Amino acid sequence: MDQGVAVTNISTEVRSGRGARQVNTLPLLLPAVILLLLWSILPLLRTIFYSFENYNLMTPPAVFNGGLNYRYLFTDISTWVAIKNSVVLVLGVLAASIVFGTLIALLLNNDFPGRNIARLLAIAPFFVMSPVAALIWKNLLLDPVSGLFGWFMTLLGLHPIAWFSTAPMLSVVIIYSWRWIPFATLILLTALQSLDTDQLEAARMDGAKGLARLRYIVLPHLLRPISIVIMLESIFLLSAFAVIYTTTNGGPGDATTTLTYLIFIKALNDFSIGSASAAGVFAIVLANVLAMFLIRAVSRNLQA
Amino acid sequence: MAKLILQNVEKRYETFHAIKGIDLSIDDREFVVFVGPSGCGKTTLLRMIAGLEDITGGDFSIDGVRANDIPPDKRGLAMVFQTYALYPHMTVAENMGFALKMAKVPRDEIKAKVAHAAAMLQLDKVLDRRPKALSGGQRQRVAIGRAIVRNPKGFLFDEPLSNLDAALRVQMRTELVKLNKQLQTTMIYVTHDQIEAMTMADRIVVLHAGIVEQVGSPLELYNNPANLFVAGFIGSPKMNLLEGVVTARDDQHVEVKLDDAGNVIVMGDRIAVAPGTRVTVGMRPEHTALVSDGPIGGVADFVEHLGNETLVYVKRPDGQQMIVKADDLAGVRMGDAVTMAPKGDRSVLFGPDGKALLRREFHLH
Repeated sequence: MDQGVAVTNISTEVRSGRGARQVNTLPLLLPAVILLLLWSILPLLRTIFYSFENYNLMTPPAVFNGGLNYRYLFTDISTWVAIKNSVVLVLGVLAASIVFGTLIALLLNNDFPGRNIARLLAIAPFFVMSPVAALIWKNLLLDPVSGLFGWFMTLLGLHPIAWFSTAPMLSVVIIYSWRWIPFATLILLTALQSLDTDQLEAARMDGAKGLARLRYIVLPHLLRPISIVIMLESIFLLSAFAVIYTTTNGGPGDATTTLTYLIFIKALNDFSIGSASAAGVFAIVLANVLAMFLIRAVSRNLQA
Repeated sequence: MAKLILQNVEKRYETFHAIKGIDLSIDDREFVVFVGPSGCGKTTLLRMIAGLEDITGGDFSIDGVRANDIPPDKRGLAMVFQTYALYPHMTVAENMGFALKMAKVPRDEIKAKVAHAAAMLQLDKVLDRRPKALSGGQRQRVAIGRAIVRNPKGFLFDEPLSNLDAALRVQMRTELVKLNKQLQTTMIYVTHDQIEAMTMADRIVVLHAGIVEQVGSPLELYNNPANLFVAGFIGSPKMNLLEGVVTARDDQHVEVKLDDAGNVIVMGDRIAVAPGTRVTVGMRPEHTALVSDGPIGGVADFVEHLGNETLVYVKRPDGQQMIVKADDLAGVRMGDAVTMAPKGDRSVLFGPDGKALLRREFHLH
């Protein structure tokens, strides 16, 4: 008898539970949605709005000027230079962090005394703030007079190089690589540690040694984490700013002016909010197209 | 085509002596099963034969050639791992042909060999799939196929069936034995499951704490366990082991007064044991019967009806449990007082050191 009562109780509860699920959930979601709108959509809409105005902080007021900002943007040669610079920066740092990240991860995955300390040191650059890293590189390492590299070169009887004037983009790529190789190392090292030891032993039985083992067993296993590194680093590197600002200021000329830095110049050097907004909108479209391809590639890898 | 000989083979880790000197000779085409409880060293021994673990003492030879220091891929032995260890990014065909690819065998030859092995294992339709898209049984076959393709001198199996469901396990058991006959190669098979050992092996090697307890055919081990460990390990349900004192003996019989029970007689040819010796009598559940006025008494604690047989768990006055295999008509209920008698000609006698006192020749019919 008792059991029968309990059963009917449960069934009514289930029914009322189902009823509760039909309650309108919109009021519950609304606070979060409103916050999100205020936080990200409104600024975006505002940027799009400004991009159609001739809005210079020095010569107010702002006047609607149709698509003129966009026409200037696409006819200006510096826009295309900036895009090229952005691409060089992203691809350069990605190449460095994947190649060196993989090599360092493979090294650190071996057992040797002091491995934990070595791992910590290898990861450490990632925790240094960008401006600090940039200043260290600029003043202590790459400086032709007081820098370590210059000192080495004089020791070898060579002339020190003024890195930021002779190879400005390379210098920026080196500094960003120094910061992002540890990130790739960290992700690839964890991936290496999750490689099934039985698989490695099976490969040993199958006669795959050294490079063959790396090529047929280890690298295929790393394909997935590598695609994740590519995606995450691309997102961060497209908006890279601090190191350029601290070291080269986008120069010499426009040699290190990336799209991000170009927007900064337009907005805060030229005070032209209108054309900066137009470049910003263009950058958003560009980043989204890139993200679409990347995410598609990564998700294909994740499924495999 | 491989005769494997182990002579005083040892494995020492820094703080642990895993394999304590094993002598074993495995004949060509033989199906040998290493069995033992977990931690007994059976997998370590297999991995030493494979070359995945160093041999720290003794000699190991394949076909008369010392193999201690030959790298694993040059020993001509193929291993099937418990987890299968398939390469997830390769198709079934690539998985199976990988060893040949590493050995720089021409592409056409690899393809032909893979196709041959795939046909043998009914994998022809899934050759282009990745391991992820296969069922557990198919993955198992791919792992075996990967070994077959190499045309090895011997196969090493490390608990290969433990990840399969019960029905598939029984099926794969017979298929592996057939494969052994078909390929005519030596096979070593590691398991903790004594039923797998009994059903598949030509010879069973019982390992315990890094030493060999007994080597023999399944029925030898079942009928003539060399010591108490083998007696307790082989056979299901376990052999009943009761202690007692020898009261009399002649050339054909030994009479033992069991503790907390009456006298039982163990038959055997000239068993060397003096009256007064403390011994252990081993009686299998299937060789013990419920009888009225039997020498061993107790209370039926639990009765399991399996249909073809009934297992009666009897609690003895000293608290020990004894198992009797009865038929379903026995009519015993929980709580009934029962008495039992062992079959004297199937009982085994163990001396105070735990070694069997009785070594009858057992003839297979």
